[in-house]
Amino acid sequence: MISDLLSATVIIGIISSGIRLATPYLFASIGEMFGQRSGVLNLGVEGQMLLGSFVAFYVTLETNNVWLGVLAAMGVGALMGLAMAFITINLHATQGISGIGFYLFGMGMSNLLFQKLVGTVEGVKGFQKISVPLLGKIPVIGEIFFNHNALVYLAFLLVPVAWFVLNKTTLGLKIRAVGENPEAVDSLGVSVAGIRYLTVIMGGVFSGIAGASLSIALLNVFQQNMTAGQGFIAVALVYFGGWKPFGILGGALLFSMINALQLWIQVLGIPIPAELAVMMPYILTILVLTLSVSKGQGPSALTKVFEREG
Amino acid sequence: MQKNSPVINEKVAFETLEMRGITKRFPGVLANDNVNFDLRAGEVHALLGENGAGKSTLMKILYGMYHPDEGEILVNGEPVKINSPTAAIQQGIGMIHQHFMLVPTLTVAENVALGLPSSRKPLTDLDRVSERVIALADKYNLSIDPSAYIWQLSVGQQQRVEIIKALYRGAAILLLDEPTAVLTPQEVDELFAIMRQMQSDGYGLVFISHKLHEVIAISERVTVLRDGRNVGTRPTCDVTQNTLANWMVGREIEFIKSTEKPQVGEVRFALEDVSCGSDRGVEGLRGVNLAVHSGEIVGLAGVSGNGQLELAEALTGIRPITSGRIILEGQDMTGRKPSVITEKGLSYIPEERMKDGMIRNFNISENLVLREHHKMPFSKHGFLQMSYINEHADRLIEQYRIKTPSKKTLAKSLSGGNIQKVLLARELSREPRAIVAAQPTRGLDIGASEYVHEQLLMERKKGTAILLISEDLDEILALADRIAVIYEGKIMDILPRETATKEDIGLLMAGVHPGETIRNEKCD
Repeated sequence: MISDLLSATVIIGIISSGIRLATPYLFASIGEMFGQRSGVLNLGVEGQMLLGSFVAFYVTLETNNVWLGVLAAMGVGALMGLAMAFITINLHATQGISGIGFYLFGMGMSNLLFQKLVGTVEGVKGFQKISVPLLGKIPVIGEIFFNHNALVYLAFLLVPVAWFVLNKTTLGLKIRAVGENPEAVDSLGVSVAGIRYLTVIMGGVFSGIAGASLSIALLNVFQQNMTAGQGFIAVALVYFGGWKPFGILGGALLFSMINALQLWIQVLGIPIPAELAVMMPYILTILVLTLSVSKGQGPSALTKVFEREG
Repeated sequence: MQKNSPVINEKVAFETLEMRGITKRFPGVLANDNVNFDLRAGEVHALLGENGAGKSTLMKILYGMYHPDEGEILVNGEPVKINSPTAAIQQGIGMIHQHFMLVPTLTVAENVALGLPSSRKPLTDLDRVSERVIALADKYNLSIDPSAYIWQLSVGQQQRVEIIKALYRGAAILLLDEPTAVLTPQEVDELFAIMRQMQSDGYGLVFISHKLHEVIAISERVTVLRDGRNVGTRPTCDVTQNTLANWMVGREIEFIKSTEKPQVGEVRFALEDVSCGSDRGVEGLRGVNLAVHSGEIVGLAGVSGNGQLELAEALTGIRPITSGRIILEGQDMTGRKPSVITEKGLSYIPEERMKDGMIRNFNISENLVLREHHKMPFSKHGFLQMSYINEHADRLIEQYRIKTPSKKTLAKSLSGGNIQKVLLARELSREPRAIVAAQPTRGLDIGASEYVHEQLLMERKKGTAILLISEDLDEILALADRIAVIYEGKIMDILPRETATKEDIGLLMAGVHPGETIRNEKCD
């Protein structure tokens, strides 16, 4: 039975779905990374994803336009990011606690809206696969890399773009500096609050897209609590990836591949208890985080409130 | 070079700067009281004063970090509003902070470029910034590699990056907040050379310090601040070092003197050639020798941050020492745990009484037994004897006149004076053989201060050896039998009270031996 896993079609299938499943992790983690690099830890990613997920699903259901769905999810994510920014930056709330609040809010609100507006489990016509011309025709490679929906391509494109913004632009320089020494940035006349608002709202936007990628690209349904902890894993991936876009890419692929593997194990009926298989990515999160995260390498001002004296 | 780098700011045109009637209040403190200050192009104007005299506050107002409650600022004769560092930078003002405003994980060029418009927006233009940094560094002999990370640089080099940052932004005025505090003597010389060159290039420099010889060596004019007030502004060549020392420490004497002759006995505790580190990474103590005899109070005077905390912590075993010996009652206590040293009869009244001396959320009876709670009769077989602890608290509250609603009141809700009484009660009721009291009256009102002084004098009468660490010269002159002055981790001198003058102590506190004269060659 185990040997079933080693056939070419199955391996191609695992890698291909692994790449697809990395999409929500990538959007959410890259967004979260910008927030954390500027010193704000947003634990509410899960809630932002859930609400984004529902809104994208609902708008798509009503309009039959997936891009409008994504846009709506971005809007909802931006609003939640704005609220998170206001509470942590202006009101100096403890970041971890307010993040948990936003998680609970997002979960409750998405449930409520789902029950009020939709009620029953319903499918939606989500993003369709796009085979990249020529490249999509290459055997094996084409199957694995170039036969996905638009959001998958965007998620992978986001990684080098994020790297470029962070390391090559003046905005990226400010973000990195604010997360390390906000006093220094303030003394040079750059608004610490402004930068943090921007990154936290941006994080919300990407979390919204991450949620949309679940409900209108990967699964094409909405269910209560459908993110099932992926938002929290996304936060962990930021640490795992050492606050760097390509590190996060590696982490996201590792987790999504494990996830794909456990799905295929279930599909193929390999006699491993399904519960155990489902647990795999989570156990891996804990293991990898405890073993590999370099200690004290994060932004120095992460979770610290900045307040100018006088 | 200039053509290639369009975003570099030209040096702002600057002739004069004037601060008029600046007043700044913080809750409970008048940090600046109607201060006038001015600066001209091409001069170094020193701002001299003890810690807390209001020097940094005044400069932070000028740099837009604090907003004054009253007063105005004029640049080139025009009134200006400086509400933020950005506004200050626009007026050509740059500040070199005591704690550097650098991002350690970024390179020199990135730190310089931070917050400036780029010539290749939205991308950074670090190569151009680097070119200009090298040009500036060459001009002032700063030798800085723009691609080096800040964390790789020495403190002196980091300071140069700060200077470059300010020059890069077109600063014509530099505010240097205690720039020498973190430097080695050689680095100080190098900094002075840089400052002289900038001065001849027409920059205006404000040099904050409490070290007299530096002020006299580098400045054209000097302003002394004391308790937030401008005591005087003079051309440096026109004032003597003694005048400055006097202005800096003040003249009024408020405290009652101890009149009885001390009954001095054997050496109770001593530091022998002790060196140790500090929390700031520099050397805290450098070969300190100090002996305190039974029945005497030795006062340790000095501007704060010169090794007083390190000395107290070394003596009490809290801070490990790197060389030398700690002697208590004739026994070598070097490397022993604080509990062992305490047990031997040393009591410690720490400077941060709420942080290091007490537990805020414990009540008075609990705080009173923090040191001895594990011993009979306060506990038996590991169980606290609450009835005895409570009786003990009642006794001490009465004896030390602690004003409190009850012995169950939490420490944090007591007034400063009563907190200090609780601490004294705990430390003195153990009948110590030796006491280290650090800033025991800081923040207390006159009544509470007098109470503390009485208690210390009573201990002295009993034959206890006391080291009184204080920044308050009047307090030291009133209580101490001998006065040791500490400066940069070294004991400058130890003076008997009878012959010590405030002026001499003031000079020693500023690192100058009385009789030694320091000259600014420009005055000759």
